[in-house]
Parts: sequence; structure tokens; C-alpha cells
Amino acid sequence: MYGEGRAICVGRDMDTDRIIAGRYLRTKDKNLWAAHVFEDLDPTLAGRLRGTVVIAGANMGCGSSREQAAIALKAAGVAGVIAPSFARIFFRNAINIGLPLVECQVSCREGAWVRFNLEEGWADVNGQRCTARPLSPRMLEIIKAGGLVAYWRNHR
Amino acid sequence: MATLSERILGGPAGTYVDVRVDRAFAHDGTGVLAREAWCEMGCQDVRNPGGTYIFFDHIAPANTGTTATLQAELRSFAMARGLHFSDVGGGICHQLMAEGIVLPGEVVVGADSHTCTLGAFGAFATGVGATDMAAIWASGGTWFRVPETIAIRLTGDFTGASEAKDLALACVRDLGMDGANYRALEFIGDGVEGIPISGRLTCSNMAVEAGAKAGLFYADNETVSYLAGYGLSAALQEREDCTYVGELDMNLSDLQPLIASHHRVDKVQKVADLAGTPLDQVFVGTCTNGRLDDLERLARILHRKKVRVRTIVVPASRRTLQEATRSGVVDALLSAGCIVGVPGCGPCLGAHMGVLGEGEVCLSTANRNFTNRMGVGGEILLSSVATAGVSALRGEVAVPEAADVR
Ligand code: SF4
Repeated sequence: MYGEGRAICVGRDMDTDRIIAGRYLRTKDKNLWAAHVFEDLDPTLAGRLRGTVVIAGANMGCGSSREQAAIALKAAGVAGVIAPSFARIFFRNAINIGLPLVECQVSCREGAWVRFNLEEGWADVNGQRCTARPLSPRMLEIIKAGGLVAYWRNHR
Repeated sequence: MATLSERILGGPAGTYVDVRVDRAFAHDGTGVLAREAWCEMGCQDVRNPGGTYIFFDHIAPANTGTTATLQAELRSFAMARGLHFSDVGGGICHQLMAEGIVLPGEVVVGADSHTCTLGAFGAFATGVGATDMAAIWASGGTWFRVPETIAIRLTGDFTGASEAKDLALACVRDLGMDGANYRALEFIGDGVEGIPISGRLTCSNMAVEAGAKAGLFYADNETVSYLAGYGLSAALQEREDCTYVGELDMNLSDLQPLIASHHRVDKVQKVADLAGTPLDQVFVGTCTNGRLDDLERLARILHRKKVRVRTIVVPASRRTLQEATRSGVVDALLSAGCIVGVPGCGPCLGAHMGVLGEGEVCLSTANRNFTNRMGVGGEILLSSVATAGVSALRGEVAVPEAADVR
């Protein structure tokens, strides 16, 4: 799975409360989550995410199990998320809803051009390549199917 | 020779395993999305309805019409499929699973990050998201990477006013917010004996604040007799020699009352260092510290005194509330000026019943103090029940002494 876009940088230990606040959870409306993603970090960010790659610090997505955090990023048009480490529930959630995650250490420069390939396991910032931690075969299959719902339908 | 996680999941650390899930649960927050995913998967039945639970605890009773409508859909789903269902007022999912449901050695998966709470019984209990839960409803199983384990070796006994919450905060302080990411914690050593199940639940609960996948205690006599109280029989779990990827030593006798300050759970210092910080609200409750002995300890501290700041107490379950009512604890809390709320999560996630205003500071017995969690611009400090109690009496952060909790 290949993706590319301009880099948006966020810090480390980015908890899911800051990705999408608890006050927006009582709905099933993905667009509403997309509109408020990262609101408590920077209210202007949600409007600038389409076509970007989010580069986060370590422990991206820590905290609550709310899948809305991964859904909000995907619905806001984020092509993928790169971080040196992800909190495990966020990691599973993102794979399950088909949001590409790349676990590797890249230096983050806002606006840099970022490319990544999940199957081949690399990310590239302005031409500087780094190797990603490989996904398990099952995770790759899930993400290739477009998420766990589609994977499940295919495998029944 | 294997760690408890390796034994329960049936494979060595680092491998991927497919497991049958003994107990699966979701709540009004995550259940709604899980039901959506389950419908999208085109499923008709829940594979193991007898091991599937839905709890209404997060925004319960509903705060808006939208919430109520979403809850109504999930309620009908649970009823129609014959799932175990606990409606508004029953209590917090993790507490209810701890009231005679989860047994040692089981695989327990909840659509909530604090599912690790149930590791207190020697179960492998971990949180997942909504779509993972939908797949568990559909198939009865899931996959895991078997985690490596960090041992937390406990010695000594609590002294003064320190309690299990101070131990949990000390662990998160020493491990850091991601120090145990992808790993399990095992609490071992002589110090475990003196920690009652309620305190073990507090420690396992906060394992996820260090990123851990699970936080386990081996089932011992304490576990067996606790479960016997619910009419359940359980076997002891003996520890084998095994390989840990890290070890942390904790002498309970050295622990002082601790506090995590806004907005990192691992920003932990002595309560004494923050003494005198003015408070706008005190909150005692949650899956971390809303159990009967927490309420009893609070009542002892507040007995015949008055709180000087709004103090919200939310029992973790209906049973907790009933027992606290019978024993006079609720009366003592009300006489001291506390607000006693509906069993459930209460204001913990900032959706209702105690949301903070801009600049307000809340001392809470919960497990998370992330930015804006309890309301935009509000600050959260995390502490033990004893610290919350003496601070409520002063209207500012205060250090509890042994005499306060007796
Ligand atoms: S009490 Fe708080 S931490 Fe526990 S399950 Fe409820 S919202 Fe989550």
C-alpha cells in the first residue's frame, strides 16, 4: 500500500482525547469527527489535513480505545500516519479501519514531501528513506483489504 | 517456563496467536460503533452470546436526545441477541466484570482501554477498539501478539496513608507513559499478599497508562476467597521461572502519597510538593477508585466534617452503592456535603455530571489527566482516595496522614 503527501507534524504522547475529544463521541457522523480532529491541539488543523501525512512523536494515539480517533484522521483525508511508536489499541484500530500506519523514526519537517509503502516497509521524507517495522502478514492482509470489515467479508 | 500471559495465550512472547475469547464486553460508547461495524460485516448472530456483555456506563443516563437514541439502538441489539445487558445505573463495565464474572486464566477482551483492570484476577484482559469487538462478536475469537512481560516486584507493606493508587502512580512514573507499550506487566513478590483485590484492580487498571497491554496478578488465596464470595470456585496460579524483559522493584513501605499533575499521568510527584494548590472540584469514583473500600475510606476521613469544595462521589456499581448505603457510608458522605451520583463513569470522560470550566482544577481519583479531558480549559490532578478526602476538607491539595484514614 503506497501513500504520499505533505507532512503535518504533531508531538509525542498524542492521546486520543486530543485527536478527538470525548465531547464529540456521541454521534455516528464521521464528518463531524473529521471537522473536530486535533481541535484541542490546534483548531485550524482539521481544515488542513486533506492529502497530508501526519508525522507524530512516540506513543501516538495513547489513552482511550476510541476508534473515532483513527476514523477522524481517515475521514479528514490523512493519507497515513508515521511515528516511531504507536499505542497498541490505536495501532490495531487504524489497521482495522484501513488507515495506513508506518512505524519508523523520521525527522519531521512541516510541509516536507512524504512517501511510504507498507508492503515494502519504508517511509521517505524529502528523499531520505527509513525502514519501517514490518507489519505481520495478517495486518498487511487486513490493510490491503481496506480494513477488517472488508477482510471479514472476503474471508467468510 | 512461561509468563502468565504466555501461559494463557498459549505461545511464547513475540509470536502471533489466535485465541478464543472467554468474555467480551463493550459499553455505550464503543458498543454503538461496534454494532455499526458488525452490521457492515453482514453478520446475523453473535457467536458466543453467553460470554458477551454490554454495559451502559459512560454517559448514563443519557445527556442529550442523540445519546439516548444511540443507546436505544444498542439496547435493542443486546436484548434481541440475548447478550448480558446492564442498563443505566448498573455501574462501570470493568467493576461489573469484577463482581463475580471474570475468572483466573480467562481471555477477556473489552472495547475499552481499561479492560486491563481484570488482570487483577490472573486473567489475560486487554482492550480493543470497536471493529475488533465486532469481529469477536462474529467469530468468538481474535488474534494477539503475545506480549513480553515486565515484572513489578513488590516488597513491604503500605504505611501511613499510602494505598494501592500511590503504587499505581509510582509505576507509571517509573515506566513512563509508553514504557510498557506492547508489553504486559506482572505484579509479583511478597508485597502482593497484603494488597486486597480492590487495590489490585487499581494497579491493573493503570497498567495501560504506561502503555501496557495487560497488567496481571497471579491468583492467590485472596483471589480465591474473593471469588468464593460470589459463589465461584477458582484455582491458584503458581508462578514459574520465566524471562522478563524488564523488572521494577517497589518497596511499598517507602511509598508516599503521590499526585500526577496536569496533563501527563507520568508527571508524578509527592503530594507534599503540590500542597496548598486551590481546588474547584474533587471527584472520587471511576474504575480506578470507585469501589466500596474507597468510599469507606473517604467516609472515615470526612466523618463529622464538611467539605470545602464541591465533591462528587460516584460509586463504581449499584452493588457498591447499595452496600455503602446499608453501612451508613452514603449518609456520612451526604452529611459531609458530598454529591453522590449514579453508578457509572460520572464526569471521568468529561461528557456530563461534573464537567470543568475554563481554568478550574479538579483533584480526581481517576486514571487520566489529559488536556481538556474533563472540560475545555480544566486541569486534572490524579491522586489516591486518602489524598482526595483530606484535600476536599481543605479546599486545596493536602497531604493525608495515617491518622486521617484510620
Ligand atoms: S470510569 Fe473513566 S476510565 Fe473508567 S471506564 Fe469509565 S470513562 Fe473509562
